[in-house]
Amino acid sequence: MNDTRPPQLQVRDLKTHFFTEDGVVRAVDGISFVLDKGRTLGLVGESGCGKSVSALSVMGLVSPPGWIVEGEILLDGLDLLEVPESGMRQVRGNRISMIFQEPMTSLNPVFTIGNQIMEAIRVHQKVSRNEARDRAIEMLRKVKIPAPETRVDEFPHQMSGGMRQRVMIAMALACGPEVLIADEPTTALDVTIQAQIMELLAELQSDLKMSILLITHNLGLVAEVSDHIAVMYASKVVEYTGTRELFASPAHPYTHGLLTSVPTLGMPRDRELNVIPGQVPNPLHFPSGCKFHPRCPLAEERCQTEEPLLEEVQPGHWAACHMIEGGSLPLSGVNP
Amino acid sequence: MTHPANGNNQVLLRVRDLKTHFPVREGVFSRVAAWVRAVDGVSFEIHEGETLGLVGESGCGKTTVGHSVLRLIDYTAGTVEFEGKDLNRMPPAELRAMRQDMQVIFQDPFSSLNPRMTVGSIIGEALAIHGRGNRRERAEIVRETLQKCGLDPAYTNRFPHEFSGGQRQRIGIARALALNPRFIVCDEPVSALDVSIQSQIINLLAELKEQYDLAYLFIAHDLSVVEYISDRVAVMYLGRIVEVATSDELYHNPLHPYTQALLSAVPVPDPTRQKQRTVLPGDVPSPIDPPSGCRFHPRCPLAIDICKQEEPQKSEVDGHSVWCHVAEEQR
Repeated sequence: MNDTRPPQLQVRDLKTHFFTEDGVVRAVDGISFVLDKGRTLGLVGESGCGKSVSALSVMGLVSPPGWIVEGEILLDGLDLLEVPESGMRQVRGNRISMIFQEPMTSLNPVFTIGNQIMEAIRVHQKVSRNEARDRAIEMLRKVKIPAPETRVDEFPHQMSGGMRQRVMIAMALACGPEVLIADEPTTALDVTIQAQIMELLAELQSDLKMSILLITHNLGLVAEVSDHIAVMYASKVVEYTGTRELFASPAHPYTHGLLTSVPTLGMPRDRELNVIPGQVPNPLHFPSGCKFHPRCPLAEERCQTEEPLLEEVQPGHWAACHMIEGGSLPLSGVNP
Repeated sequence: MTHPANGNNQVLLRVRDLKTHFPVREGVFSRVAAWVRAVDGVSFEIHEGETLGLVGESGCGKTTVGHSVLRLIDYTAGTVEFEGKDLNRMPPAELRAMRQDMQVIFQDPFSSLNPRMTVGSIIGEALAIHGRGNRRERAEIVRETLQKCGLDPAYTNRFPHEFSGGQRQRIGIARALALNPRFIVCDEPVSALDVSIQSQIINLLAELKEQYDLAYLFIAHDLSVVEYISDRVAVMYLGRIVEVATSDELYHNPLHPYTQALLSAVPVPDPTRQKQRTVLPGDVPSPIDPPSGCRFHPRCPLAIDICKQEEPQKSEVDGHSVWCHVAEEQR
């Protein structure tokens, strides 16, 4: 984790707002993160924190009333926000691909899976139908679908949830992208199937040398597969650092609260779970100052008025909180 | 915080060889083409004040077990005894009276509350049905129950849409609690909630249990949550229970290869812990035509010849039961 690699994907001060009838929803409000080449970055947060909208922004898939109002998205130095839509079509699916949470709704039910994978290939590369079909079968073999020669002609409804997610992965990786965005790829799946899919993704990552942006709410999952983690709360990244560092010494009170409020296997049962009081705020009416202050055990007056910036509190460890002094938080003890 | 599973406490619920099958109908005359054996021979007991966790993957029949023991679904075979009385043989009036003691909390706090009813009437409905007190007394009970569940008693005239997911789940818990039951089926009560809200609800359920000496059948797919809240845990696979043990024992000494794989598949939020992972091949088979012998054998890393032919029998040592040919041998 210590060797540095050049950044594959850099997001700087990205703002994506939705201009709805009820007002402006600041779904993503100035986030920055770096995904290094061949690495995995975990983007963690609860529902509505803006993690999926961040991913869609990177893919250039935000549609009105949503607009990217500010920021930079650099793919290997190329600012994707400067690229016209016609150019984005060459990037999307070719250099950056995405897999989604619900494999059933992301696949077209009226086409065979082979057809759908072939389409992804033929949009980007000039190959004949037969070649594309061979490539599709090859991809299905790569994602370990048994008997790929026959299953290539099956329809999505003939497959189980785990198999469909494999098909999605095959489709996303058909053109050998540099970056794969995985938006809650295993949330709809059972744990034993989740283990299969995560193992497959890890294998393919080292095979194809791609970088993965893993979006999830599952802290266990990011702990196991990511190199770095960005924690999002209410449209902002509140903490960003290496995985070991984050779990060993979380700096932001929200991260600390999250880590201590989930039961983990084998933890003593007489220990009460920590509670983050209150609710996740509504993006139409975010609290003033630090958005976490109404739920924060450490909040003081300044937190109600002044929004903290994401600052480097330790080398390589960024957090946005007024209460951090000398790199550590007055809260401690994630694993007593 | 919890009672150990011992013989001191009376058995509250006893389920023997429970089977719940659903017909698959086909054609113009709705001929029964096949049966989905959702629950296919399940036995367990829950003692007073005890929490039994029921875990398994989707489609293993855990929710059907929960609904069957409340007779929300009529079961096909077997017996369910609550306080020694067989629910299936009970006249409707008696069953209704019995239901005051057995309540349920559902998974989805959005679809399980009637959007046209106020919080007060949602919680008070059961009180009215069972003829508890007069109108004023019932309103008082509703307010008390709201308070017990961490909600402001002033909320009685509000509607469900005014609340967040966590608060709605509290309303669902208040509804179950209003009648002062002794047993509650908790059907995935936290899986629809955000991570930071889950612990609020888990703590509330644990507190209420302690305070009112409740017994829970806690159904969930999240092993860490089940292990945390339960005294004993039963693991289900394809309509059958494959292992039952106390929560600590199951975690430290899982005997069934399915339990072992399930435990090893759960990602642990601790990057310093390197885990030995058993990744199971394949998917859960269909409960319409389950595999012969041990139902787990097509995916089992330890399967031997006998597993394909013979169904494993229960082997019990010190309250730790397992249904597996190989594990039985190794004991």
